[in-house]
Amino acid sequence: MPVYLDHAATTPMLPEAIDAYTAALGIVGNPSSIHSQGQNAKRVLEEARERVAASLGCDPIEIVFTSGGTESVNLAIKGMYWSRNDGVARPRILVPRGEHHATIDAVEWLEHYEGAILEWIPLDARGRVSIPALTEALSSFDDISLVTLLWANNEVGTIQPVSEIAALAAAHGVPVHADAVSAYRHLPIDFASSGLAAVSISAHKIGGPLGIGALVLSRAASVVPLIHGGGQQRDVRSGTQDAPAAIAFGVAARHPAPALAALRDRVIAGVRSAVPSAVLRGDPHERLDNNAHFTFPGCEGDSLLFLLDAAGVSVSTGSACQAGIPESSHVLLAMGLSDAEARGALRITVGHTTTEADVDAFVAALPAAFARASRAGFSDRAVGIRA
Amino acid sequence: MSGGVDSAVAAARAVEAGHEVVGVHLALSRMPGTLRTGSRGCCTVEDSMDAQRAANIIGIPYYVWDFSERFKLDVVDDFIAEYSAGRTPNPCMRCNERIKFAALLEKALDLGFDAVATGHYATVLTDEHGNKELHRAAAWAKDQSYVLGVLTTEQLAHSMFPLGATPSKAEVRAEAAERGFSVANKPDSHDICFIPDGDTRGWLAERVGAETGDILDRSGTVIGSHEGAHAFTVGQRKGLSIGFPADDGKPRFVLEVQPKTNTVVVGPKEALDIAEIAGGTFSWAGLDPAASGITPDLALPFDCSVQIRAHSDPVPARARIGSSPNDGVRRGAPELVIVPNEPLNGVSPGQTAVLYAGTRVLGQCTIDRTVSALQPQSLPEPAGV
Repeated sequence: MPVYLDHAATTPMLPEAIDAYTAALGIVGNPSSIHSQGQNAKRVLEEARERVAASLGCDPIEIVFTSGGTESVNLAIKGMYWSRNDGVARPRILVPRGEHHATIDAVEWLEHYEGAILEWIPLDARGRVSIPALTEALSSFDDISLVTLLWANNEVGTIQPVSEIAALAAAHGVPVHADAVSAYRHLPIDFASSGLAAVSISAHKIGGPLGIGALVLSRAASVVPLIHGGGQQRDVRSGTQDAPAAIAFGVAARHPAPALAALRDRVIAGVRSAVPSAVLRGDPHERLDNNAHFTFPGCEGDSLLFLLDAAGVSVSTGSACQAGIPESSHVLLAMGLSDAEARGALRITVGHTTTEADVDAFVAALPAAFARASRAGFSDRAVGIRA
Repeated sequence: MSGGVDSAVAAARAVEAGHEVVGVHLALSRMPGTLRTGSRGCCTVEDSMDAQRAANIIGIPYYVWDFSERFKLDVVDDFIAEYSAGRTPNPCMRCNERIKFAALLEKALDLGFDAVATGHYATVLTDEHGNKELHRAAAWAKDQSYVLGVLTTEQLAHSMFPLGATPSKAEVRAEAAERGFSVANKPDSHDICFIPDGDTRGWLAERVGAETGDILDRSGTVIGSHEGAHAFTVGQRKGLSIGFPADDGKPRFVLEVQPKTNTVVVGPKEALDIAEIAGGTFSWAGLDPAASGITPDLALPFDCSVQIRAHSDPVPARARIGSSPNDGVRRGAPELVIVPNEPLNGVSPGQTAVLYAGTRVLGQCTIDRTVSALQPQSLPEPAGV
């Protein structure tokens, strides 16, 4: 069996969630129908909403089910932007460097098509948002529509001081959206006390099914919908609701979160002993319990990934792929790494199925992969031509 | 695996021959198009997906390796520089020489692979002493040994062409269909992969600029104007737009492109006849002709045939290693000198001349200079003749 250490990409569905999902597929009725069968579908859907809400410390009415994290992020950013610009000009968006592409591409779309002005807030070497720069921006501009940021970085695992940022923004009356897709169930989230206007989450990252996520939208916040139709879900997200997926999501949300920190630390210690030159990236303390992220000097993360794959271990370079073409991680570049350093990135993420033996198999395969990848070096790059 | 039918079948055959195979798609652009258009058969996201589907069906792992930086530097920039210098480059050849069988092969060897297998129609044979030889494919009409003529002994030793013995492309397509490949009927690609709409002139004009220049006849008289010398290729007849006929009423052809003065020289068809070609950048595919027993000495003319385009017929010729003219640029460095038995038509510097002995590829040179059959005295004599 291949060793799967890419749980941040997606984690296997929990058996309980699969059972609930498949059982629910037999339910007859559209949750919006008035007859008893429709009401039954609505009942199980709302139970699921309550379970998801309970996992986030919010009211069920504040849960808007979506097709996943990307839709949630788009709905939050574009929806809040339009809502905040209704009758008042607030074109400015504060957004840190190193965000997920769902955010980057959404805000750049607003910049291109809607005249938004983007204020990019720098990251420090550990990947933490610069609080002084954010504070400065908040007090410099009175036309800010929103602040949006990752609760925890999906590549390097750095956790942001979200409550502190929400409080800073609140002082200026600016709503904050947090993309918690990678943070959800890996750290405590209490929406009610967070001071946030909106939070994006996804089911398949926590052992639920693919194709469903949620935007937690405060009663106080409003968004202009992206999708128009039957007016379901507070008129924010029209479309027949996927009760079976929501039920499975609810089961995963209620399932006890696995204890992963010890496995993560085993990865970190294992990498350090196998390849002493590897550098742990992200915040060494304020990091996700499932995330180990390293750069390996003098080799391509891509080569390492390939060689580890051949050895039966699935890991990630962590960075976005455009058409399968690896790019140097914009997160690492934002943290001040050079292009050459950033190319050596490898993200190892553990999850509920991970065993110590999995970690040990990865660590055992690493030295040979590193030696080979070092030999290949940057042969596919413009630098280091030998031909 | 480009996403085309040939590399898909080649991969399947390599697997069946007992090799441990991994499918690799070369990303040659940072900004690939999404969907295939026109006659291009590679380099879009759709093509990459086609390649991945074929790999899935074969049951091999599939990866995209990014060689876009190298490709830009070694192929695209070279293409622009060559056109800017009034030469006619062959980018597919450069890609084979510097990317597929160089950068890709190096990376593959470093990562623990033994060879690169491609869907080219060509054959690698091993002689009784274990030396590699490159030969034409069984399917003469599809033969691609010309574009592989740049491969050296070392590269041949790590190259596999599983389609080389196939009698026809139709057979490859039939095999692809039998294997369930969705690309079985995908059209062949013809255009240059990095010029999306096939408009080479327009593409070049954007990159090297287009300035109005003179069209001269052979006597140096201005007889017309053009919108940029780079748009012309030696041997070209169309697109000259000279408003009046030649004295003898015969069509005029591009004889020479002079980018430094932005002029194009035109003349009658017979002035295109070339009696000799030579190039200082040459290589041997495997053992050189002396080591192969074809000639006692590379400096002495030996019989061979020469091919100057991917799809032209080979012409009997005699070749030898001579010294380039001491013209201030080449300074007498060794060059491959090729004298065809009958004149070659429409040869441009920058093109590659590939030498054959029967079906075997002997080697190649990039053409630096040509000697006209009509007026050999007007061009510098090669030293040492």
